[in-house]
Amino acid sequence: MFEKAVTGGRRYWAWVSGLLVVMGLALLAYLRQLDVGLAVTGLSRDVTWGLYIAQFTFFVGVAASAVMVVLPYYLHDYKAFGRITILGEFLAISAVTMCMLFIFVDMGQPRRVLNVMLYPTPHSMMFWDMLSLGGYLALNAVIALVTLGAERKRVAPPRWIKPVIIVSIPWAVSIHTVTAFLYNGLPGRSFWLTAILAPRFLASAFAAGPALLILLCLIMRKLTWFDAGREPVRKLAVIVTYAMLLNVFFIALELFTALYSQIPEHVEHFEYLFLGLGGQAPLVPWMWTSSVLAVASLILLLVPSLRRREPVLAVICVMVFSSLWIDKGLGLIVGGFVPSPFGAVTRYAPTLTEVLIVLGIWALGCLMVTVFYKITLAVREEVAAS
Amino acid sequence: MSISRRGFLGAAAGLSALALAGRSALETQPREPEPGGGTPAAGTRWALVIDPRKCLEAGDCTKCVDVCHTVHNVPAIAEPAHSVKWIWKEPFERTFPSLQTDYPPDDLRDKPVMVLCNHCDNPPCVRVCPTQATWRRDDGIVMMDWHRCIGCRYCMAACPYGSRSFNWKDPRPSLVQTTPDFPTRSKGVVEKCTLCEERLAKGQPLACVAACPAKALVFGNLADPASEVRSLLRSRFTIRRKPELGTRPAIYYIV
Repeated sequence: MFEKAVTGGRRYWAWVSGLLVVMGLALLAYLRQLDVGLAVTGLSRDVTWGLYIAQFTFFVGVAASAVMVVLPYYLHDYKAFGRITILGEFLAISAVTMCMLFIFVDMGQPRRVLNVMLYPTPHSMMFWDMLSLGGYLALNAVIALVTLGAERKRVAPPRWIKPVIIVSIPWAVSIHTVTAFLYNGLPGRSFWLTAILAPRFLASAFAAGPALLILLCLIMRKLTWFDAGREPVRKLAVIVTYAMLLNVFFIALELFTALYSQIPEHVEHFEYLFLGLGGQAPLVPWMWTSSVLAVASLILLLVPSLRRREPVLAVICVMVFSSLWIDKGLGLIVGGFVPSPFGAVTRYAPTLTEVLIVLGIWALGCLMVTVFYKITLAVREEVAAS
Repeated sequence: MSISRRGFLGAAAGLSALALAGRSALETQPREPEPGGGTPAAGTRWALVIDPRKCLEAGDCTKCVDVCHTVHNVPAIAEPAHSVKWIWKEPFERTFPSLQTDYPPDDLRDKPVMVLCNHCDNPPCVRVCPTQATWRRDDGIVMMDWHRCIGCRYCMAACPYGSRSFNWKDPRPSLVQTTPDFPTRSKGVVEKCTLCEERLAKGQPLACVAACPAKALVFGNLADPASEVRSLLRSRFTIRRKPELGTRPAIYYIV
């Protein structure tokens, strides 16, 4: 099937080469980081995790969101999602791959990555995160290849794939729950020490992921012959609405608990993010942008007549995705480290090297989605033609 | 978990110590061996008692820091963002944030106190490490294997005391002098105080303790009721950093 990815028009190859150039630059940046060490990043003794781990966290959400098309189709027999289920699964495969790379580039000793498997440590949440992410990648790869292969041969998928698909549903929930547990159980990091972190992660995932899927459907309608149809896009918009509503509600719960209790170590992180602390306010404009986008997109989503108009919906989806990217892919990780255990407010700003590496992983994700979707469309074209 | 620990304690030879000092025995008796090994020493729980006032009397003295960092090949890195520290000074109020009083005594206000790895009984860093590159020995020392560490820095996120340092770059060019009988580290690994386990193994005192002209740091065995640390804990009021987190540090401060 993969041979279908190496035939394409000029626009396709221009896009692919553009992505390859970005990936090449990122590789150079990574080689520099490998040579010098993580000193080339903006990370420090106080802010030990930054953009890499934050992007990892955000894309775990994108990966988990595949469940939002898989579950209605396979559990509730919601036929309208039949044509886009595999798109969700391929998006999940690409996102999980990005997550693994974000973890990898964050490691100080990447040559020793296998130590996590050589010395399995069940009391470390990272061990479970490795298992859940790896398992989710394998599940989706098997499901996507088997169902697409069956579609190509114009036969029903083999019966054994159904239980695998059913397992992938709770598994999607597990990847984001375990990822929340990475941060959730650390004494002394009050910003993350909140039982609502995992539900919050899931809510934001189920808003950001389907928002991205809507955008991908709309882009494909524009650029290719494939039309996902109005019905599934509308249904996805309803899912985004509910998830975003929960996400904003959960953040409001966090804010109430911290701000009404007025316990300094709970308030300070929010203060740093939204008002600035100790004269430092690098994330303040970002966090307010995220909040305004969240509330504005939610208001637009709640009006059905607006949500149903696809150009408006496209704008809403960009707003939702950007808002949640800032919230999770920026604020959540850095905000947890400031102030430090000694109360220090340490500035973190990603360096060019760091940004290039992140862009390279994004480019790889885009390339994977492009290739997977191209193969899917080629298979469907072939089936339709015969 | 706590039941099995109690069962272990009951079976252990430290039963008499348990009867002698209920509270501290519960906190100080050796636990089940951690995966990853270590040299068990029955009835041993190493600890430090630090007297910040004695330390302050010595003025700007940094002898413990200098000696520790020299014998352990700790690099001297100027930028605070990338600094590596095993023992250092922090302002009293920042070290004990939950003890904030608007009117602290003059002899402690803003004054620095020595901080280092707390060698917790219940160390979060050990709990989170995905490779057991950091583990707790039966004598209470929280150890590090610099050859197994993958540099994920999860332990740094987990440590509520900021006690861990990461080698953001190759530390060797920043070594003023190299002590040949102690390893140097490579870039990309986490390191911290290991309570001079290499010196303890040879029966030598801790480097910081031996270097202190004011005798502000007292080292000893908490499991031995006759030890100097136990006698200090009996006679003076001591505090530990962030006890509310349940980590049970083995570094005590006399206030």
